[in-house]
Amino acid sequence: MSVTNLLENWSQFRHFHPVDDKPHDPYKWAMSIDLDTCTGCNACSVACFAENNIPVVGKDKFEHGQQMHWMRIERYWDEDVSNPGGRDFPDQGAQFLPMMCQQCEAAPCETVCPVAATNHTPDGLNSQIYNRCIGSRYCSANCPFKVRYFNWYDYPTDDSVWPAEMNQQLNPDVSVRSKGVMEKCTFCVQRISAAKITAKNEGRLVHDGEIQTACQQACPTNAITFGNLVDTEARVHKQWEAQRVEIDKDKQEKDEEKGGTDLRGYRILEELRAYPSVMYLERVRESAV
Amino acid sequence: MKDIREDIAWAKINQDVLKSLENPRKLYWVIVFCAMAVFSVGLGCEIYQYNVGMGVANLNNPQVWGLYIATFIFWIGMSHSGTLLSAILHLMHADWRKPIYRFAEAMTTFSLMTAGLFVMVHIGRLWQFYYSLPYPNERGIWPNFQSPLLWDAMAIFTYLSSSVLFLYVGMIPDLAIVRDNIHAGWRKKLYSALSLGWEGTDRQWRNFRVTYLTIACFLIPLAVSVHSIVAGDFAMSQQPGWHVTSFPPYFVAGALYSGCAAIITLFIILRYVFRFEEYMTLPILKKTVRLTFAIAMVWTYLNAVEFASVWYSHDQASKDVLIQKATGPYAPFWWGMIFCGSVVPFMLSIKRFQTNIPVLFAVSLLLNLGMWLERWMIVAPTFSHGYYPWTWDHNQWPSMVQWGMVFASFGWFTLLFMIFCKVFPSVSMYEVKEMVYHRKLHAAKGGNNSQGAH
Repeated sequence: MSVTNLLENWSQFRHFHPVDDKPHDPYKWAMSIDLDTCTGCNACSVACFAENNIPVVGKDKFEHGQQMHWMRIERYWDEDVSNPGGRDFPDQGAQFLPMMCQQCEAAPCETVCPVAATNHTPDGLNSQIYNRCIGSRYCSANCPFKVRYFNWYDYPTDDSVWPAEMNQQLNPDVSVRSKGVMEKCTFCVQRISAAKITAKNEGRLVHDGEIQTACQQACPTNAITFGNLVDTEARVHKQWEAQRVEIDKDKQEKDEEKGGTDLRGYRILEELRAYPSVMYLERVRESAV
Repeated sequence: MKDIREDIAWAKINQDVLKSLENPRKLYWVIVFCAMAVFSVGLGCEIYQYNVGMGVANLNNPQVWGLYIATFIFWIGMSHSGTLLSAILHLMHADWRKPIYRFAEAMTTFSLMTAGLFVMVHIGRLWQFYYSLPYPNERGIWPNFQSPLLWDAMAIFTYLSSSVLFLYVGMIPDLAIVRDNIHAGWRKKLYSALSLGWEGTDRQWRNFRVTYLTIACFLIPLAVSVHSIVAGDFAMSQQPGWHVTSFPPYFVAGALYSGCAAIITLFIILRYVFRFEEYMTLPILKKTVRLTFAIAMVWTYLNAVEFASVWYSHDQASKDVLIQKATGPYAPFWWGMIFCGSVVPFMLSIKRFQTNIPVLFAVSLLLNLGMWLERWMIVAPTFSHGYYPWTWDHNQWPSMVQWGMVFASFGWFTLLFMIFCKVFPSVSMYEVKEMVYHRKLHAAKGGNNSQGAH
């Protein structure tokens, strides 16, 4: 936020997201995740750890809830576990929900950061500036999805999560975060930037499929689609269109249609009007196993 | 019963108050020593946390705030009654505030300083704290003016600087008295510098009155806005249990409440330690107690309003948080808050207890315990029970590092406060003289002696 912004462009911060936003041109990165094909194998989560230099905190810290998985698989069960005789983790009926930063268009985390360390990029990403973060954790407090992870310890040095010989496996395109800053899923922004630079040098736009996020690449059942929502030829655009899901909707038509519908698309906690960029497709098969 | 005897000689007032700068009872040193010991525990905790990382506080992903922010609100709240006593009651010409407003004002300043410390220990990168301040820099980067946390930082800095100014300006005539009476030494130099050459001429008094009144008028809206903005940290977020419009008045009422309870505690301590029985009289204590009871009832009402507005909002997530508070793992603390905050104050409504010092001491501590629990019950349950099941975490318990710092903040506050009372006159001499004079005029006119002036 510069003085110019403060004095002249303040109005741009005071409009109704995302309806009055400037049109995303030429890129708006978005995702769709098919819960019908997700098997909950966690490959996406592992790939994310490898790609983004995420520290593995170990059993003790995990038990304290201090794990750092930007991409997590949430598990829910059909069976009511509180029923008498019901087990806490039944063998059957688990449902999986891959959950990462939803890159909201009207992100609750962005407005509350005291130092403007988290911002919206013109191509629709919710960016996090590690150098600017002071660690007030207000963003996490206001995130309805709780997908922001805080560096509770100095993982690279004090905890030596990556001992000397393992430093070599760190991704050189991604910074290793220090103690006391917030981090979260970036939609693999390093891959996006690389592709955008290549495309710019060649005087064209990024093709659909040119960028794969790490989770998408690792998914054995192709449950994750990533792409440019503005590009009418992109797979993600077609999926969103077919499901009649739009960025500035706060509820889906399928919820109002009586007697069932073919539409499966929805976004999580839409009624909060954070306008997430990730569409989920409802599961239709009977059991996950 | 009279608020103060009308036949106290002015010289005796000077003498009694100046004595507090010289030889307090032994208990004073015991309190100072204990406060230092308690504070050093917290200092150790902070050094440990600074070096190892915020993780040692046992905060985790949903529970990112914990006791630090709860205690921060508690201390901000504590600071409000000083302004209430010194500014609001000053404008209302309530004479009985005169012997006790000075220490209440000091309480405001020191509790704000304590609250500021909690912001510091809370943030993950303390060494980058200045990023949140709108300081000019060559990169043209400013803080985010949309963030309630930034409003918070600004409101607190403004309030702190104004109340330091208010405390200081109100003390100038007294500093001059001390300057004229103290033996030569570093203290004489200190008071000479601070009293700004006060001689007590008519012109000086006139300017002094105007200045004092102006700052008082400036401070009142500030006090209300500071805690409203702290409430805004929560009310402007989107989380269930926080997104409540009635939060600002609720917070302000809670602030006045805990502040008044703390005034009763400190009243009793100072009265004994510095032998102020003649000035901090039981009738004044009684008035403070009644004021506290009234504010307790306002707080209870606003608390009920908050529950009702959550309940009838039919917002399932917020309702679940409320049910969690009353029945979940936080239930003992939540019911403890209701008991200490809304039931215990009825002790204050019983006439027999309104001047009973041991009872009042115990009750005032319980009230403040209740108010601390209230702040914790605002912060923690919302984190433990978010919008959907994965974000729930009912079992996270603050580590000893957090408890240590909460504990130590009381030591830090007491230390500052006790040092202040030893170095500066904690009873306003010139205003007590004024009060005695008013009483004398009143008596000469044959007024009803059983009533205090206003």
